[in-house]
Amino acid sequence: MPALRVLRAGPGTTIQDGGRFLYRRYGVTPAGPMDWQAFRTANYALGNAHDAAAIEIALGGIELCCQGNALPLAFCGGAFQWQRNGKPLPCAMRLTLQPGETLSAKPGPSGAFAYLAVAGGIATKPVLGGRATQTRAHLGGLDGRMLQAGDVLPAASPSHAPQIEAEIAAPWLSRDDTPFRVMLGPQQDYFTDDALATFFSAEFRLTHEADRMAYRFDGPKIAHAHDFNIVSDGIALGAIQVAGDGKPLVLMADHQPTGGYPKLGHVARADLGRLAQMRPGETCRFSRISVDEARNAWLQCEDAIAETQRFLRPLRREPTNEDLLRINLSSGVIDVDES
Amino acid sequence: MAETAPRFLPAGEAALTVEFGTTIDPLLNARVRGLDAALAASPIAGVIETVPTYRSLMIHFDPRLLSTSALIEKVARLPSEPLATESAKHWLIPVCYETTHAEDLAELANALAMTQDEIIALHQGADYQVYMYGFASGYVFLGGLPAALTISRRAKPRPPIPRGSLLIAGGQALIGHDPMPTGWYHIGRTPVATFDPEREPPCFIEVGDRLNFEAIDSTSFEALEHAAREGAPVAPRPA
Repeated sequence: MPALRVLRAGPGTTIQDGGRFLYRRYGVTPAGPMDWQAFRTANYALGNAHDAAAIEIALGGIELCCQGNALPLAFCGGAFQWQRNGKPLPCAMRLTLQPGETLSAKPGPSGAFAYLAVAGGIATKPVLGGRATQTRAHLGGLDGRMLQAGDVLPAASPSHAPQIEAEIAAPWLSRDDTPFRVMLGPQQDYFTDDALATFFSAEFRLTHEADRMAYRFDGPKIAHAHDFNIVSDGIALGAIQVAGDGKPLVLMADHQPTGGYPKLGHVARADLGRLAQMRPGETCRFSRISVDEARNAWLQCEDAIAETQRFLRPLRREPTNEDLLRINLSSGVIDVDES
Repeated sequence: MAETAPRFLPAGEAALTVEFGTTIDPLLNARVRGLDAALAASPIAGVIETVPTYRSLMIHFDPRLLSTSALIEKVARLPSEPLATESAKHWLIPVCYETTHAEDLAELANALAMTQDEIIALHQGADYQVYMYGFASGYVFLGGLPAALTISRRAKPRPPIPRGSLLIAGGQALIGHDPMPTGWYHIGRTPVATFDPEREPPCFIEVGDRLNFEAIDSTSFEALEHAAREGAPVAPRPA
């Protein structure tokens, strides 16, 4: 059985799948990936189900070793620095890790999360139908906690056909600084018209209060029209909540399923992965989009990501002794003088 | 009083809030539960799950299978009646109010100018109804707290409360599960686990159920909690 052994894991690195649904009525947070677009891309590059469990790597980075059998992997997300056995790799690619080989990721010039998917998905024990880790409730992943050195992550299936090593040249993985599109509601009438105009024109800076639960932004105060307390109602992913301090808080993957602050609007799902990749100190703007436009943008985005395999660019690399040995065994002859 | 039509408020492109009102009111909650039950009885393709709250129902759906406008149309056509609580389950939850298990009782007595015994008698004597879950897994929000126990939330959260804490603030009562910091006041503990991920469903108390508290001493608390740790279910008996 192939598996990945964790040699080192920085804080914030967890196992995530597509999310744990159906239990929000009992207060259970769905969790799931921060950047669903990169997470899905990594899975599709391997032919996995879109929601197969993968490793979400935060800015603390990770170092892993393959054990058992060879294991096809794919990674992408923020511009992290990846290395195999100490040799640099592109920041989005599919490869097959041989037993004993190591793979490491540390933060690069931009991005906050990278995803490492394994062929067939990671086969940790599901809890309430999901493998997503929610550390606050100690659910899912490995004992509901962040990964640490010594952890062994089993792959779901015993063996896989080796896959051609390829760079994932997917256009949606490149980042730009276009404004994040936002649908108004449900409590936009809790804010003054001036406050809404400010929200859609000003620049906001991501503060250091940014984690899997929520990203707090700093900028001009978003004034409430009257009270800033509401009787609790449901919360959806990407909700923009404004508490008493007038600062917008975007609710992310580990958000509570209900809450008592007015929600000005929701970030379009098509833009949420890009927002998740922001680092504290970076700035952004918000623009308006209708619910129908946001839905179309999401479906187009899903359709594009489903075509990930079309964006794989085979990678040439120096053959290793092992490769040469394999070629030798299969073809019988290697004429070194002619190479 | 004639019922006003609910407001349909999109919460992004994959969730819809059906709002029956903006206050804490048993009649509003009965309408929320009525719609929730109607949706469970006649499922709409594309709906993933529903989340009942005090005064609104959130419907999460798959935008691949359903648009917001199509969902609104289907929900508006769905006949639903306010759901009475008479048919709901009724639970008797053991609570230890001794000061070792009620960390904020003295502070609360001071703030409310009451004795600790008066607070316990009021909290334990009331009839509660389960309005919603919130905060985190297994946090049960209750209506029915006597008005005399109304106190505003703390300006700053207090250190984490232990598992199974009974909390009050803002005129509301709740039963907690996992330890977490809170702006509420800690007035007791129950050995009953409101949430168990190994159970299906993970919570035995449903929104709409009725609930009473029964005081136990710290000896029985510890015995019940120990039994629970050993795997014995702490079965709250229907009252």
